[in-house]
Amino acid sequence: MAMQALPLTAIPARHRVASRRRVTERVIVGLLGLATLASIAVLVAILSYVIVRGVPALNIDFFTQRPRPVGEAGGGVQPALVGTLVLAAISGLIAIPTGIAAAIFVVEYRSGRFAAPVRFAAELISGLPSIVIGVFVWAFLVRGLIGHFAALAGGVSLAVIMIPIVARTVEEVLRLVPNSLREAALALGAPKWKVILRVVLPTARAGVITAAVLAVARAAGETAPLLLTALGNDFFSTDLLRPIGALPIQIYRYAVSPYDDWHTKAWGASLVLVVVIGIIGLALRVVARQRVR
Amino acid sequence: MVLATSETNRAAPAPESRGTPVRVEHLDAWYGQHHAISGVTFDMAPGTVTAIIGPSGCGKSTLVRCLNRMHEVTPGARARGGVLIGDTDIYSPYADPVAVRSMVGMVFQKPNPFPMMSVYDNVAAGPRLRGWRMRRAEMDDLVERNLRRAALWDEVKDKLSRSGAALSGGQQQRLCIARTLATDPSVILMDEPCSALDPIATYKIEELIRELAHDVTIVIVTHNMQQASRVSEHTAFMLAGDDGVGRLVEFSTTERVFTMPKDPRTEAYITGRFG
Repeated sequence: MAMQALPLTAIPARHRVASRRRVTERVIVGLLGLATLASIAVLVAILSYVIVRGVPALNIDFFTQRPRPVGEAGGGVQPALVGTLVLAAISGLIAIPTGIAAAIFVVEYRSGRFAAPVRFAAELISGLPSIVIGVFVWAFLVRGLIGHFAALAGGVSLAVIMIPIVARTVEEVLRLVPNSLREAALALGAPKWKVILRVVLPTARAGVITAAVLAVARAAGETAPLLLTALGNDFFSTDLLRPIGALPIQIYRYAVSPYDDWHTKAWGASLVLVVVIGIIGLALRVVARQRVR
Repeated sequence: MVLATSETNRAAPAPESRGTPVRVEHLDAWYGQHHAISGVTFDMAPGTVTAIIGPSGCGKSTLVRCLNRMHEVTPGARARGGVLIGDTDIYSPYADPVAVRSMVGMVFQKPNPFPMMSVYDNVAAGPRLRGWRMRRAEMDDLVERNLRRAALWDEVKDKLSRSGAALSGGQQQRLCIARTLATDPSVILMDEPCSALDPIATYKIEELIRELAHDVTIVIVTHNMQQASRVSEHTAFMLAGDDGVGRLVEFSTTERVFTMPKDPRTEAYITGRFG
C-alpha cells in the first residue's frame, strides 16, 4: 500500500494537472457542496423551528383530550390524531395493494404495450392538484354515494393521491430486480404468479416498503382534499361513515384563528404530525421485515 | 409428426444410464424477425454429457433455451420444431411450459442464487415454488441430499441460514446446481456454467458434471474446448452462416470431433483458426 511520493519534477510537464483545471474542479465541488448544505439547512431549520414552537404545547392532555372552545384552557388534538391514523389506514389499505398490483401488471405482464400509457396516466394523476381530487371525490361520494361528509370519502381521496406514487415507485424497483432471478425461478418450474409473489416482490421488498412509506407520508400531510371529504370533527370518532378529524385540518383551523393559545396548539399539532408520519414509516418497515422470516 | 433423423447425429446410449434421452428434430428459433437457429437435429442418449461449442452468436444459448422452453420467455422469441424429452414432445400444443421446466433443469452462465433467501431456502426454493407439500424433516433431508450431490454440503453445512449471495462465486454456482437438482430433473441444461468462475471452481464443477451424468442427461454450452473434451461424450459444433442463422455443423462423439472432424469448418474452429 505504501507509495513513495514522487518528486514533482519527476512528472513530465504534460502530465501535471494544469492549475486552472484544478481551480475549476475545486469551484464546482464547492458549489455542489453548497447546494447540498442549503437543502439540508432548510430541512434542519423547519424541523428545529417546529420543535421549538411545538414542544411548549405538548402535554398529556394534548394527546388525550378533544379541542376546547376559545377561552377555555387546555384541550388537545386527540380526535384529529386518531382521525389521521384512521385515514392513513383506509387510504393505505386501498392504495398500497392497488398501486403494487398496477406496477406488477405493467412490469411483469405487459411490459411493452401498456407501460407508457399507464405511466403517463399515473403522471397526470400525480400532477393533479389535490384539491381537484377532493372536489371529484366530494361530487361522487360526499354528494353522491355516501350522501354526506365521511371518513371513507377522505380515505378514498387520499388513496387517489397515493396510488400513482406507489405504482410509479414500485414500477421502478421491480425493473431493478435482475431478470436472471426471474429466469432462475421459471426454470425451476414455477408458475409465473409464484415467481412474482415469492421471488420478485421479496427481492424488491425494501423498495416496495419505501414506496408505501413515501405515499403514506405524502397523504398524511394532505389538507385540501380532506376539507371537502372528511370535513374534520372535534369529537372522537372512528366511524367510517361520519366526518372525522385529521391533524392537517386541525393545524389549519388553529393556525388561521386569531388566538395565541390556538397558534401554539397549531405548532404542537404540526410537531405531532411530523412525528406520526415518522412513526408510521418506521412501523411499516418493521412489520414488513418481520413478515419475511 | 415424427421426422427422420440423420444417422450421423444419433448417439449410442451409455449402457447403465438412468437419465432421459433427448431428441431434437428440425428445430428453428427466432427473436422477432431474426432467425437465430435453423434445422438443428441431434439425439442425446440418456445419462450422457453433450457439449455444444461454437463461436459467439452461433445460437448455442438459444438452442439450450429451446430445450426447456425458456427461449419463449424473451419477448418476441419463438421456436418451432420437435424436442422430445423421453416420450414427451415439449413443443406439442398440449405441452405446458411450466411442466416442461420441471423435467428439464437449467443452470445459468452467471450464478444467480436468490439473494434474499438463505442457502437452505435456495435449495428448498424449487419444491416450494412448485407447491410440493413436505414436512420440515423431509425438507431438511432433501436440502442436505442435494447439497451433497452438488458437493457443497461440507462447505456450507454450518451456514445454511446465511444468504446465498454471501458465498463465493464457485459455491454460488454449485448452490444453483443443488437448487436445480432439488426438483429432480431428468435433464439439466448448463449455459456456460463456468465462464464466471476461476480455474479451481471450474474444476470442481466439471468433476460434479461427470458425477451427475450417472443420473441425468446433461447439455453444456461452453466456450472452452478443453472443457468440452474433458466433460462430454458427445460434442455438437454450431456455426452461424453468412445469413446470421446458426446451424449445427457437426455432431459426433467428442473424441471424433476433436481428433478427426468431418467438416473443415469444425477443424478450423477447434484448431483456433477462427471464432
